[in-house]
Amino acid sequence: MSVTTPTSAPAPAPEQVTGRRGGGAPREGRLGRLDQAASPYVYIAPFFVLFFVVGLFPLVYTGWVALHDWDQIMGQGAFVGAQNFVDVLTGQDFWTALVNTLSIFVLSSVPQVLAALAIAGLLDHKLRAATFWRMGVLLPYVVAPVAVALIFSNLFADRFGLINTLLEGVGMEPVRWHSDRLASHVAIASMVNFRWTGYNALILLAAMQAIPRDLYEAAAIDGASGLRRFVSITIPMLRPTMIFVIITSTIGGLQIFDEPKMYDQFGRGGSDGQWQTLTLYLYELGWTRADFGRASAVAVLLFALIVAVGLVNFAISRRIASEESR
Amino acid sequence: MHSTRRRMLLATTAAATLALGACGGGSGEGDDSAGSGGEGGDITLSVATFNEFGYEELLGEYEELNPGITVQHVKADTADNARAALRNSLGADSGAADIEAIEVDWVTEFQQYPDKFVDLSSPDLEGRWLDWKTEAVTLEDGMLLGYGTDIGPEALCYRADLFEQAGLPTDREEVAELLQGDWDTYFEVGRDFVAETDIAWYDSAGALWQGMINQVEQPYETPDGEIIAVDNPEVRELYDQVLSASVDDGLSAALGQWSADWSSAFQGDEFATMLCPAWMLGVVEGNAADIEGWDVANVFPGGGGNWGGSYLTVPAQGDHPEEAKALAAWLTAPEQQIKAFEAKGTFPSQTEALDSDTLAESSNAFFNDAPTGQIFAERAEAVTVMPFKGPKYFEINTAMQDAISRVDVDQTDDPASSWDKFAAAVGDLR
Repeated sequence: MSVTTPTSAPAPAPEQVTGRRGGGAPREGRLGRLDQAASPYVYIAPFFVLFFVVGLFPLVYTGWVALHDWDQIMGQGAFVGAQNFVDVLTGQDFWTALVNTLSIFVLSSVPQVLAALAIAGLLDHKLRAATFWRMGVLLPYVVAPVAVALIFSNLFADRFGLINTLLEGVGMEPVRWHSDRLASHVAIASMVNFRWTGYNALILLAAMQAIPRDLYEAAAIDGASGLRRFVSITIPMLRPTMIFVIITSTIGGLQIFDEPKMYDQFGRGGSDGQWQTLTLYLYELGWTRADFGRASAVAVLLFALIVAVGLVNFAISRRIASEESR
Repeated sequence: MHSTRRRMLLATTAAATLALGACGGGSGEGDDSAGSGGEGGDITLSVATFNEFGYEELLGEYEELNPGITVQHVKADTADNARAALRNSLGADSGAADIEAIEVDWVTEFQQYPDKFVDLSSPDLEGRWLDWKTEAVTLEDGMLLGYGTDIGPEALCYRADLFEQAGLPTDREEVAELLQGDWDTYFEVGRDFVAETDIAWYDSAGALWQGMINQVEQPYETPDGEIIAVDNPEVRELYDQVLSASVDDGLSAALGQWSADWSSAFQGDEFATMLCPAWMLGVVEGNAADIEGWDVANVFPGGGGNWGGSYLTVPAQGDHPEEAKALAAWLTAPEQQIKAFEAKGTFPSQTEALDSDTLAESSNAFFNDAPTGQIFAERAEAVTVMPFKGPKYFEINTAMQDAISRVDVDQTDDPASSWDKFAAAVGDLR
């Protein structure tokens, strides 16, 4: 390889250049080789430089901070080894936050993807003013999460909230949205769903539009009903996009912050940690207690969790992909 | 030494940026503005506050009085966010405003980093503030961390119409007489009131806790840094007292203070009294718009109490510490503080301002024309104890508020199990 490339590869190059451009001077052999070898790396370098500066460095540095006593204002303290991790993992708060995060994640991601699929299916039909409806589903996404939280905190207020007033109106027991753990998760998940369902629906809709129409026509001639066509044609053809939607909503779901932070007046996840998520816990450690060491330990653990869930996702998506090729 | 070098570096950077900007614009006067940016000429001072300080017009006035100085007002939406932002800029050694407002509850926390602030002590200003106001920000070596702005002397707000319904006196003087005494007296009258009307006596156990704990000399920590919150019998007694009154006797409306429910509750007949620091009047008026019957009595359970109030500090990282110090001194002078009081009701901490006629004559139409200036001036004099709030005060008190909420509002725990969780949370601090 190393012997043949220098002699054989550059040989046709000058001819090509002169052939195409007529008057262009042939490049110097050594410089040209360097150009060929190095240029691609230079072209993609900006991304990696940026990634090292704003991605990899903070990531590694967080790991470094996690091994120290680290005060927000005074900075680096003594090296404590794994003590921060031990403190975090032996405390009750981390596990409460972990369960809350997973619970809110499941309550938001599953209905969200299903609803997005259904909405995209409906929007895929020929509609009058189609653009209006399609942009309409994106509207909740445009509303700032803080504004969403304000509206929902009025809906879900325990005593004088709209939903509880309605429930009491029909003779039902009011739901204790802020004291009951599961109820608070449902309320927060509904905020997340309100915001993200339309966004995911649009992505799925774009993928649906790319499905060849003759497949549907053929199925219709064979007598397949609308539902049958959706289940047997649309959903299988959507697989790659579905995987994308599921992975992005997984990452977003595990990092959920805005909605639980805005859910009550203190933003700390409830008096008993009812809806304290991992990111809220991280925030409290870092910014309320000024303990960057422990906060970084939580950040590292959260990173590991996301990687683990990502690997599971990857394994599943590979299986689906190989099924597809069969 | 380090900070001087840093400041020079910043000044050079600022000048360079200005010069670059001017070159880019192709203006021939670029050099002049760049030169004056670094030295004493045109300078910009920033003032960071939160909630309402009533400084909007004052800052414009200062600009007029001091040509060459531009003042920028940076307003945080909540006190918590302001605290977080200031902590961030102190940690990063950049980004703080020239003048940063801090709340009384964070004072000891920031006192741990005296190098990060400018010493504000000045012989000209001695005796300007109430003694306890200044003592709270004076370090052992005499360094003054901040200039006092407002204070939160506490009185009692009550619904005269609900008092009438219960057969209690409605006149504010008589109410003050009726409730004169300790917390037991307050709860005793409350039990009668609830028995008569079936309406809660006060809004929230957590709000009451704030009044109670501000009367304890050393609630959570000792000055030598020991955390005593869990072992302090005084804290436990108050905890049991407030929860038994709130839950067992049903005196509390069980509304988490500042929650959406709490704000809505002002529109109905949900509770009859609440503890009112001076700044709370604006909050009540805002929430209870169109509700008639609110009044304020010159009394507070257990004597005097102070809840809240702020200071202006000058972080050392700023480019113009002397000018910032002058502005902070001007803003907290009695004359200016009276104007801030007129603008937003922030109650002055300056002895001279407290004696002023403007204050003495001020009244509040919403609270049945109560002479609020006079009432709160007297309440300020009744304050005898300024609790020692150590560096962990904020976190311990948050854990305590959670503990009380679990029993009073959420009803997920009884007092004993909630106390255990509080003890665990305190044990987790370091």
